[in-house]
Amino acid sequence: MKDPVDVLIIGAGASGAAVAWSLAETKMHILCLEQGGWMNPAEYPSTGRDWEAKFYGEWSSSPNIRGRPEDYPINDDNSPIKVVNYNAVGGSTVMYTAHWPRLHPSDFKVKTLDGVADDWPIDYDALTPFFEENDRMMGTSGLSGDPLSPLTHPPMPQQPMGLSGAIIGKAMNEFGWHWWPSDTTVATMDYEGRARCINLGHCTPACAQGAKSSTDITYWPHAVRAGVELRTHCRVREITTDENGMASGVVYYDKDGVEQFQPAHVVIIACNGVGTPRLLLNSASGRFPDGLANSSGLVGKNLMFHPYAQIYGYVKEPTDSNRAPPTCLWSKEWYDTDLSRGFVRGYGVQFVRGAGPVFEAVVSEQKGILPWGADHHRVFRKLNGHRLGFSAICEDLPEEHNRVTLDPVLKDSHGIAAPKIDYTISENSRKMMEHALARGREVLETAGATDICVNSPIPWGGWHLLGTARMGTDPERSVVNEWGRSHDVKNLFIVDGSIFVTSGGVNPTSTIQALALYIADQMKQRLANLFD
Amino acid sequence: MSADNQLTRTQCNDLRTIAAMIVPASDEYKVPGADDPAIQADILATLGRDTKLVAAALDHLARLAGQPLAELDAGKRDAVAQEFRKHGGAAAATLVRVVLQCYYRDDRVLRSLGLELRAPFPKGYVLPDGDWSLLDPVKAKAGTLRRAP
Repeated sequence: MKDPVDVLIIGAGASGAAVAWSLAETKMHILCLEQGGWMNPAEYPSTGRDWEAKFYGEWSSSPNIRGRPEDYPINDDNSPIKVVNYNAVGGSTVMYTAHWPRLHPSDFKVKTLDGVADDWPIDYDALTPFFEENDRMMGTSGLSGDPLSPLTHPPMPQQPMGLSGAIIGKAMNEFGWHWWPSDTTVATMDYEGRARCINLGHCTPACAQGAKSSTDITYWPHAVRAGVELRTHCRVREITTDENGMASGVVYYDKDGVEQFQPAHVVIIACNGVGTPRLLLNSASGRFPDGLANSSGLVGKNLMFHPYAQIYGYVKEPTDSNRAPPTCLWSKEWYDTDLSRGFVRGYGVQFVRGAGPVFEAVVSEQKGILPWGADHHRVFRKLNGHRLGFSAICEDLPEEHNRVTLDPVLKDSHGIAAPKIDYTISENSRKMMEHALARGREVLETAGATDICVNSPIPWGGWHLLGTARMGTDPERSVVNEWGRSHDVKNLFIVDGSIFVTSGGVNPTSTIQALALYIADQMKQRLANLFD
Repeated sequence: MSADNQLTRTQCNDLRTIAAMIVPASDEYKVPGADDPAIQADILATLGRDTKLVAAALDHLARLAGQPLAELDAGKRDAVAQEFRKHGGAAAATLVRVVLQCYYRDDRVLRSLGLELRAPFPKGYVLPDGDWSLLDPVKAKAGTLRRAP
């Protein structure tokens, strides 16, 4: 039998890396088990001429399409939004847009302000120092002073506006609407061993330059140097408990597929909004027949995705196409509740610079705007390198029928039950999406765009996996308490997006990591009586 | 459908025919069609995980045509192609995608589009910084963040 570790972290992605690094200063024996491996940037798509084709196969954002040995299948047939993620050291930060807004202070008080959903048990101010620490560790770029966003202090200047940004800015100014250069985790200058961005294009499927921050090149090298043990290609099947109802360790399959048991004094789950409830539900036992930490019955429920309402068109001037990070500007014009719009809460907007030639051809053919035959070439030249996009990230309110359960049939390569997603877009979200599309159309038409197309929702847009093990002070209405500890199992913590109470209308990774650092800090302050 | 992980000769012929219908050669733009031998060879060499769906799409196409596609007269061929495009589902979409993803990485095609013949890394691209005075109206208007109690 293996020696017990003090702290066992499951998952080496955004939150697992942050919590591991923060706890490392305690000098406890910390072990992280990750089902994926270390990435090799020399193999990233932008290093090859076939970089776009790879997005349709081994570098798809969908684990069901990608099908790497590190991935697990997800039954999302009953959802209009498909789950996308990445499984490796760095997790989905290897494959994200690096867009870096924070939740707003008002996002933590939606019940009080708007009478919907629930307030969080913590407020924005509790996270402020951890947002700052995380921005420094991840290395952010941006322009401080956005009047409609929380104040940030990015250590690097904003990305260039480029051709696309200028067109968008002029159009937004026609309406007097808010826009601002996005905070991103793209290094715009050499930073902490990372080389500056050289505009390789689509950052989403990993950055060969290392300019885009992912935790395999930010937190993890620091954490490993500080003594954290990271064991890769280890897939956890279940968390075990002892006779006192405390977590005793985990059963996992090692890189050779051999079942192992690793005892631990503290277990921290960092598998995000689908992986975490899957693991808890797979950890059912005689003492916890409905799944671990699930006395509330809320494990897996209240899944929030952020439905994306995307509209795009083609202008006469050239845009940045694939020759820049895909996102450059955001808008918070419609972020806060205005009931005259017909819905509650709101959405953030991220503007999109353009697309590469293969993507442009494939998508435009599917949309029916790129013909077959003799006219193909003329039309393609009108479209390619002229695209501008407007994507609204609509706040998804928690609804218990939107959920993650265990699929009765589908299993991963180790025979572990796969997650099943049941999700519908609410009426409030639909109204929000329609509003966003109407505003986007106005912006695009003012910019002179034609051939306008819509993706609403973006089908493969389930990046943000939130709410399925929510935090709260009431054990009957939440899974973990206000500092991330399970109400039911007092040495079990959750630090990922599943503990979100509401989703806000922005990309969540910055807030996920701030939460992970906050929980680590709370643990460090309570080490003497962590289980009381 | 073909029995193994490769296309049959008949399927290859139909693939070449339908590819030319999707993207024909153009003297005006000085580009080959998607039936060009080098592009066809690229498609066949890189089909990989798409082989099964592409083979299914070609089988569907053969059923619609009732004979080799190339042997149909132009009018019937167009009608078959329209039906295939409209109702071919995921298999047809995959076939079209593999044709386009190989066509739009061909050197002659990229040159015609004015694009460089290289991978993005390690050279990257230069992006104009832009005129940030465009942001002045936003700064002047300011606005306030919604207060939380």
